[in-house]
Amino acid sequence: MLRVIFFVLSLGLFLNPVFAAQNKNNIQVKGSDTMVNLAQAWAEKYMEKNQDFVAVTGGGSGTGFSSLISGTCDIAMSSRNIKDKEIALAKQKGIDPFEIKVALDGLAVVVNPKNPVDKLTIDQLAGIFTAKIKNWKEVGGADAKIVILSREVNSGTHVYFKEHVLRKLDPNSKEEFAPDALMLSSSQAIADEVAGNSAAIGYYGMGYISPKQKAIAVAKDEKSEYVTPTIENVLNDTYPISRPLFLYTNGQPQGLVKKFVDFMLSKVGQDIVLKTDFVPVKN
Amino acid sequence: MPARKIKEFFIEKLILICGLLSIFFVVLIFIFLLKEGLALLKTIRPFDFMLGKKWYPISEPPQLGILPLILGSLLVTLGAALISVPIGIACAVYIAEIAPLKIKEVLKAGIELLAAIPSVVLGFIGMVTLVPLVKNIFHLPTGLTALSGSIMLAFMAMPTIVSIAEDALYSVPKSYKEGALALGATHWQTIYRVMLPAAASGILAAVMLGIGRVIGETMAVMMITGNAALMPHSILQPVRTLTATIAAEMGEAVVGSEHYFALFAVGIVLFVISFIINVSADLFLHRKRI
Repeated sequence: MLRVIFFVLSLGLFLNPVFAAQNKNNIQVKGSDTMVNLAQAWAEKYMEKNQDFVAVTGGGSGTGFSSLISGTCDIAMSSRNIKDKEIALAKQKGIDPFEIKVALDGLAVVVNPKNPVDKLTIDQLAGIFTAKIKNWKEVGGADAKIVILSREVNSGTHVYFKEHVLRKLDPNSKEEFAPDALMLSSSQAIADEVAGNSAAIGYYGMGYISPKQKAIAVAKDEKSEYVTPTIENVLNDTYPISRPLFLYTNGQPQGLVKKFVDFMLSKVGQDIVLKTDFVPVKN
Repeated sequence: MPARKIKEFFIEKLILICGLLSIFFVVLIFIFLLKEGLALLKTIRPFDFMLGKKWYPISEPPQLGILPLILGSLLVTLGAALISVPIGIACAVYIAEIAPLKIKEVLKAGIELLAAIPSVVLGFIGMVTLVPLVKNIFHLPTGLTALSGSIMLAFMAMPTIVSIAEDALYSVPKSYKEGALALGATHWQTIYRVMLPAAASGILAAVMLGIGRVIGETMAVMMITGNAALMPHSILQPVRTLTATIAAEMGEAVVGSEHYFALFAVGIVLFVISFIINVSADLFLHRKRI
């Protein structure tokens, strides 16, 4: 009796995700929080014209990869490249991650509009986020302790910011976010905290900028020009912290997944990219 | 055997299986936790894990010290206990001993309602109301602090504490109260000299179960304590708790990596803490019956 109950239970538990992923009219998209709004916009437009159902879930780029590897999603969204460790793990499970670049994103560094500071160099940013610079007056602001806001470690944005700003792409660098950096679980949480806290500094994809936050103009070094995160500046590659956004599928996209990916890369799809404040990869 | 007896037999066995299943699942969960968590010991010494002060799980090589997380959890729990225990016990005394019937009904319904609020809702309310308040009152750089978490969690512990403490007060034999009043003690003297000591073990159990609820709470603390993994020095600082760490990072951890095993080891630590709390609550409750 016990054994039978267990068998039925485990069957239900383990097969459920497999069925979900193989359902004929159903595409599961999972991963990067940065891309959730974009993918949702794609899905809605796509579903207007097609009978297929697209489900979009966030959770972070890492979450997307674990789902792709465990077979619980068809498309993983990611705001960073897949790690070697993840590729190795995928190969073990018979999954072959295939990378598709679908958009570009400028990473905005934001402060409260009341904060007088409006431009910083990459070095200053690295100093602030590692707490070598602790007070706003050291970078030309008011006398107030800097409150550092970061995304959680499951965020591709967190990883990108650490590697490109804190460590300046130096593989031997040991720089880390300061231990007293507040780890917030979503871009929206950072936007809200910055909107209400005049001493806070945070970072997120430029799609989240609103009049309640001020985007800092960033320069590569003191001699370079300070550039604001706008679509043009990301397109002409003058804004120093921008990054590609990826989709990963199991092998070359086929069937339904291919149809959806083709739609994203089409003119209509890339117009949606622009509308959701990201930067298209194809004109 | 008559059909009735056969039916009876099957129903009895079915209930038995249901009862055993719950224990079986707990054992399975514990074995799984142990299996995944203890794998960490291959790469890091337990001493470095429990007492390490740095938590940078995704760096190369990862630094996996959970002391700030343990202290963060304990600090938030302690704060919540300091707030919820006096209020909760006072509330239980009022409901059990003083309140007229009508008020008693309203209060009990209110407390049940408080228990029914999902923690994510409490967290959200805390984020938009309490966090700015704490920031302005104490002139802090940010309101995402252990204190905010403690206050919100106190709301969550209160229903548990009130209802169990109230039961404990009810189960004090009526003759104790009558005896005290007959000896000329006032109502208040009766309550704090006779009723409270007589119900002490039940009240302690109530406190323990309330604390157990707090230390395992995840969503609300993740939203309002700031999640900065630094060694806490004061309750007005951001902290990162054990539960929030697991919830925030499990999605990212590559299955089979050191980080993944470390999160399960954090789970073991949490399991042990709540196990101790629940067992001691049970011991107190048991002592009462003797």
